[in-house]
Amino acid sequence: MKLWKSLLAATAMAAVAMASPAQAEDKRIALVVKALGIGFFEAAAKGAEEAAKELGGVEIIYTGPTDTTAEGQIEVINALIAQKVDAIAISANDQDALVPALKKAMDRGITVISWDSGVAPEGRQLHLNPSSNPLIGNMIIKLAADHLPDGGDVAVLSASATATNQNTWIEEMNKVKDNYPGINVVATVYGDDLADKSYREAQGLMQTYPDLKAIIAPTSVGIVAAAQAVSDAEKAGQINVTGLGLPSEMAGHIESGASKSFAIWNPIDLGYSATMLAYNLAAGNAEAGPGAEIPMGRMGTLTLDDKNEGAMADPFVYDSSNIDDFKDIF
Amino acid sequence: MSVTAPDTVTTGRQIPDRLKSPLQRFLASWELLLLGVAIAVFVINSFASPYFLDPWNLSDATFNFTEKAMIAFAMALLIISGEIDLSVASIIALASTAMGFAVQLGADTPVLVLIGLAVGLACGMFNGALVTGLGLPSIVVTIGTMSLFRGISYIVLGDKAYTGYPSEFAFFGQGYVWWVISFEFLLFALLAVVFAVLLHKTNFGRAVYVVGNNPVGALFSGIRVTRVKFALFLLTGLMSGVAAICLTSRLGATRPSIAFGWELEVVTMVVLGGVSILGGSGSIPGVVVAAFVMGMVTFGFGLLNVPGIVMSIFIGLLLIGVIALPRIARQLLAKRKV
Repeated sequence: MKLWKSLLAATAMAAVAMASPAQAEDKRIALVVKALGIGFFEAAAKGAEEAAKELGGVEIIYTGPTDTTAEGQIEVINALIAQKVDAIAISANDQDALVPALKKAMDRGITVISWDSGVAPEGRQLHLNPSSNPLIGNMIIKLAADHLPDGGDVAVLSASATATNQNTWIEEMNKVKDNYPGINVVATVYGDDLADKSYREAQGLMQTYPDLKAIIAPTSVGIVAAAQAVSDAEKAGQINVTGLGLPSEMAGHIESGASKSFAIWNPIDLGYSATMLAYNLAAGNAEAGPGAEIPMGRMGTLTLDDKNEGAMADPFVYDSSNIDDFKDIF
Repeated sequence: MSVTAPDTVTTGRQIPDRLKSPLQRFLASWELLLLGVAIAVFVINSFASPYFLDPWNLSDATFNFTEKAMIAFAMALLIISGEIDLSVASIIALASTAMGFAVQLGADTPVLVLIGLAVGLACGMFNGALVTGLGLPSIVVTIGTMSLFRGISYIVLGDKAYTGYPSEFAFFGQGYVWWVISFEFLLFALLAVVFAVLLHKTNFGRAVYVVGNNPVGALFSGIRVTRVKFALFLLTGLMSGVAAICLTSRLGATRPSIAFGWELEVVTMVVLGGVSILGGSGSIPGVVVAAFVMGMVTFGFGLLNVPGIVMSIFIGLLLIGVIALPRIARQLLAKRKV
C-alpha cells in the first residue's frame, strides 16, 4: 500500500508541476462542435487555427461528441472543465440541456460563448450569429442587383408560406429594395422546400414572366431546383438564379452559368470570429454585456444586443472565383 | 429449506460443500481481473493527464456512468435470468417526456418523481406482460418497444423541448450530499448494495440464477419462472425511471433524443462486468467495477481530447479483450493438461 501511496503522491506533484506553467503561458480555447466529422465544422476549426496563429500563445482544442447529442457534449464539457481550459466556444446540440454544465464551467472561471447554434442566455456570456435577418434580406436582393446594372424583373422562390426564417428575410428585403432602383420584384412563389415543387414553380415563373432576369431563392432546396429548371430551359446566362445555398450543391450550377453568385455563412470566418471573441473575453480585453463592442480581428467588431447576441457579418458571397475552395467543405 | 443438513461431524468425515475455498475462487475470478484493469486504467490516467487526480474532476467523471450503472444493475439480473431489455433508453425518453409534460401543468418535485417512477414501472410492466404473458422472445419485444416508447416522445415533442423544471428538482442530478459526493453517486452506491444483497443473499436471487441456468428445471423445482421474469422486467423499468429522473434533473430539459443509444452502453457494462450474455452467471460487484472502468476510460480519454470515435473503438476492444482473454487462457491450460 505504501508503494501505491507514494506513487499517487508523486503523480499528484507532477500534475501540479505540469499544470501551472502551462496555464501561465498559453490560453487554451476549446472549440466544441455538434459532432466531429462534419465538413462545416472542420472548416470552422480551420478558421480557429488561423485566429490562434494570429494571436500567438493560443492552443485550440477542437473537440465534440461522435453523434449530435446533448449528453455527448456534456461529457466533453466536463472533460474540458477538468482540464481548466480558459474558454469554451460551443455550437450547441440543445439550447437548454447544456445550460447546467456550461453554468458550472462559468462558475469555475471559464469563459463560455456559443456560436452558430446558440445556448440559452443563462448558459453563456454571448452568442455569435453568423449573420442577421436585415443583413441577409439586403444580401439576397443585392446579389440579384449586382448582375443587373440596367435593372429588370426579379421573382422570389421561397420555402413554405409559413416558414419563419424565409418570411423574415423577404420582409427585410422588401424594406431595402428601394435602395436598388430599377429592380422590380414581380412575384413571390412557394416551393415548400420540396425539390420537385420548387422546380415546377420556377418553370411557372419563367413562363409567366418572359422578361424575368433573376430568381432569388433564399432556401438551399429552392435555389438548386430553380437553377436546374433554368438549365433545363436552356436559359442559363439569361436568368440568374441566386439566394442562399450550399457550395457543394451549387458548384455545378455556378460552372454552367445558371447561377452567377449566391451567399451563405462562411464557416472559416465563423470559427475565426468565435476564437477571437473567446480569447478577448478570457484575456479580459473585453466584457460581454448589452451594447458591448468586442473586437474579432479581421472580421471587425461584434456589437451585442440586449440578449448578448451579435451578428458576425454579411453572408459570404460564393462565385466562380472561390467555389472550388469551398465545394468540398460543405 | 425444511430439509436438515446431515450431521457430518458425528460421522467423522468432512464433506466439502464447495470445490475451492472462497479466497481461491476470488483469485481466479473475473471480478479480480476486472479490478486489475480498473486499477491499471486509474494509474495510466493519473500519469497521462495532470488533471485526473483532482477530487472535483473525479466527482464530475462519475456522472459519465452513474445513471447507466443504475439500469445496468437491474439489467444484470434480467440477463442472468436469460432475458434482455433493449428498450431501457427509450423508457428514459418516455418517462422524461411525461415529467416534462407534467411540469407544463404545474407539477412540483414529488409529483415529478412519482411520475418518473410510475412511467418506468408501466413500461416495464408492458414489456414483462408481452414476454411472460404471450411467451414472446424478449429481444424481439424490446426492440419493438424501443421504437414505440421513443416514438411516443417524438410525437409529443417533435423538435421542441420541455424546460422549466422546478429548482428543487435539480438536486437529483446536480446536487451534492457531502463535499464531492454527488447525490447520484450516493444513490449509485446504495443501489449497488441493494442489488448485491438481492442477487447474492436472497431466495429471489437464487431463483434468478436457477431460471437463467435451467428454466425447465426451475419450473419443476417449484420456482414460478414467469413471475420471476415479470418481476425483473418491472425492476428494469423502475430503474430506467430512476435513471430518467437523474438524467432529466441533470440536463434540466427534455428532448425526444434524450439518452439515445444508451441501451447498448448498459448492455456493454453488464457484459464487461462478467455477466454471461447467455444467462445463468454473473455478479453485481463485477458490474460495479465495469461501470468504473467504462467511466474512467471515457473520462481519461476526454481529458486527453481523444475524439469520441476512438473512445468507442477502445471500449469495443476492451470488451472483446476481457471476454476473450479468460477463454484463451482456459484453452491454453486445457491443452497443457492433455
